Amino acid sequence: MSEQLLRVEDLRVSFATDDGVVRAVDGISYEVAAGKTIGIVGESGSGKSVSSLTTLGLTRSRTTTIEGRIMFDGKDLLALDEDDMRKIRGNDISMIFQDPLSSLHPFYKVGAQLMEAVLTHRKVSKKKARARSIELLELVGIPDPERRVDNYPHQFSGGMRQRAMIAMALANEPKLLFADEPTTALDVTVQAQILALLEDLQKRMGMSIVIITHDLGVVAEIADDIAVMYAGRIVERAPSREIFDSPQHPYTWGLLRSIPRLDLPREDELTPIPGRPPSLILRPSGCFFHPRCPYVQEEHKRIDPRLEPVPGSSAHEVACLLAPEVRNELWRGLGAGDPQEHLVRLAAGAGATLSAARSGDGEPAK
Amino acid sequence: MSSADDRPHDAGAASLALTAATASPQPPGEPLIQLRNVQKYFPIKSGILFTRQVGAVKAVDDVSFDVARRETLGIVGETGCGKSTTARLIVRLLERTSGEILFEGRDVASYKGDELKGLRREMQMIFQDPYSSLNPRKSVGSIIADPFVIHGMLKEGGARKQRVQELMDRVGLNPEHYNRYPHEFSGGQRQRIGVARAIALQPKVLVADEPVSALDVSIQAQVLNLLRALQGEMGLTLIFIAHDLSVVRHMCDRVAVMYLGKVVELATNAELYSRPRHPYTGALLSAVPVPEPPQAKRERMLLTGDVPSPANPPSACRFHTRCPKAQEICSREEPPLESKGGASGLVACHFPLTDAEIAQKLPAALVRSAARQPTRNGASAGSDRGGSATTGASDSSPADDASSTDQGS
Repeated sequence: MSEQLLRVEDLRVSFATDDGVVRAVDGISYEVAAGKTIGIVGESGSGKSVSSLTTLGLTRSRTTTIEGRIMFDGKDLLALDEDDMRKIRGNDISMIFQDPLSSLHPFYKVGAQLMEAVLTHRKVSKKKARARSIELLELVGIPDPERRVDNYPHQFSGGMRQRAMIAMALANEPKLLFADEPTTALDVTVQAQILALLEDLQKRMGMSIVIITHDLGVVAEIADDIAVMYAGRIVERAPSREIFDSPQHPYTWGLLRSIPRLDLPREDELTPIPGRPPSLILRPSGCFFHPRCPYVQEEHKRIDPRLEPVPGSSAHEVACLLAPEVRNELWRGLGAGDPQEHLVRLAAGAGATLSAARSGDGEPAK
Repeated sequence: MSSADDRPHDAGAASLALTAATASPQPPGEPLIQLRNVQKYFPIKSGILFTRQVGAVKAVDDVSFDVARRETLGIVGETGCGKSTTARLIVRLLERTSGEILFEGRDVASYKGDELKGLRREMQMIFQDPYSSLNPRKSVGSIIADPFVIHGMLKEGGARKQRVQELMDRVGLNPEHYNRYPHEFSGGQRQRIGVARAIALQPKVLVADEPVSALDVSIQAQVLNLLRALQGEMGLTLIFIAHDLSVVRHMCDRVAVMYLGKVVELATNAELYSRPRHPYTGALLSAVPVPEPPQAKRERMLLTGDVPSPANPPSACRFHTRCPKAQEICSREEPPLESKGGASGLVACHFPLTDAEIAQKLPAALVRSAARQPTRNGASAGSDRGGSATTGASDSSPADDASSTDQGS
């Protein structure tokens, strides 16, 4: 087992707004081992981006409350002051954003923006920084880098801009790279290029990657571990294989089954997740997913599930109040195309018999 | 130019319907919309005082296809391939540069004034962005009632309000929210408002331009299911535009793949996804990230570079600059869109993909799921083969029902 490069412990981030306190991230923990890739999957508003921005110290403000620890290389990033944080940001840890057009400054040449990334952290001459910029553009596969370095962002296509962003993030050979929806704004063929590039660069430079996305397909391609987030919490976490082979959380099932997939037979009807993501100001009681969960039982509305290991798998954790055997049965039923009513009844029946045995589990909702 | 189409161009609607009816054992796939060599060039101008045209963006260049009544035709392609422009040409939000677009046998360009207004009742559009396509200063009730106002239908007050609330109920919105404003709704709900507005006049054709790409994953399925249910109920002809190949596979009977303003492949759903013939289609399918962990890493068909500029597209076959199979002839001679090797689908390529290449490059699961459904592929391919390559279709769904039930996992 390689050492943990990043360890996020019980991170909580909340924003005070006029409408109330938005609990964007609510007690998440995860680790990233050196040279590994983890995928954080969730919808808009699940807190996936806030958690990564917080790691980079980009959510600090008077209205933000941050609790927990973010251990990176033996230091707690949350305890660092802004000057120290600036030394790490863009150097040891860097980030790629979703929209490459708005993340590049339109008035400056691409080369100048790359040089800035180099010069901020290294004492080198401008000439050397420029040479490094050209080298970086070449590294990310931009043809004719000597000429392209003097282009403005608008002269680049969408894919090239994202490559330039990656070049900028890699300028100082970071140990950890956050990629926040790096391919969402791109066409599929370009998306495939960018993912291949990230994998290739990781192999060559040995960095760790945290990839944040709503697309399970993207993480399946490149992540070693996957964490599924819902309403500011991690509801399921496992090695990629297990997330796809034996997902445990009804929300993960929903994500896997509500999108049309090329690798499954064409269905006439998709099974959407009913309702919509909850407000992070007024969150549901009990399990946050209960208003949308087809298998909800009465007690799930009161008890707040904890992330607990799945029996038989040390690395697989899930926060769900259904009994493990019921979950397995349900997932099997979903795969076999059993009618939804049948599955709901199954969950209810099992719930009644098991609730007695499980009455001690779980904490009451706060 | 359109060698794809072996029928005379000036044939009347009646005889076309007959061809389709005899070609397919299924209910007749009568063409509702026909595109014939349609071109749309946007001029590039230069100069400040004396502007002159220095070139043209060939957004849509010589596109021909038919859309049968009640079928769902998908148009896929990457940014800038001309798929949205094609859609806008069909509903006449844009004027084409040349070619013909026939709706029920009549050229849409010939409609003027009140007639054009009548045509608009028949063809409605759903837009991609549910945020910018609704007027933020109007209540939902008045947004959905707008079609009735414009066309002077239903009396103001009672009847109109009742109809609007019926529509809201139909698309899954709470009719009590009649007086709310767009900002009070989520993205998925806003898209439902857009759908309600589009179906208000009971159009024959619904053009959906990327209707779910701005929505959260868990919401997309809700809107897709709604569109399909409405199509069944109202007998809509649906033109569905998307860049997401999985969504198109789910929704469509037939699929047209566009690249740089040209249709490069046109085939039934089953055929396109199990046996893509054009290398570009193969590359698109190969690039889709499949939520299947990489136990067997497939050899991806990665395209290099970006889509060339449509203002200055490559000569002959426009894909030759990025095509892994390109040969010298590809830059010299433009391949016509035609049927190759006994398949019913049409492909514009000198060297279509072979079965071996397909098996190697496509997501393993896709090849598997195609292999598991030989009856379905055989049936739909067979029924199309009789002739009328551009019209036959809309017949794959009954077979789908049968085959989808026994396959899970």
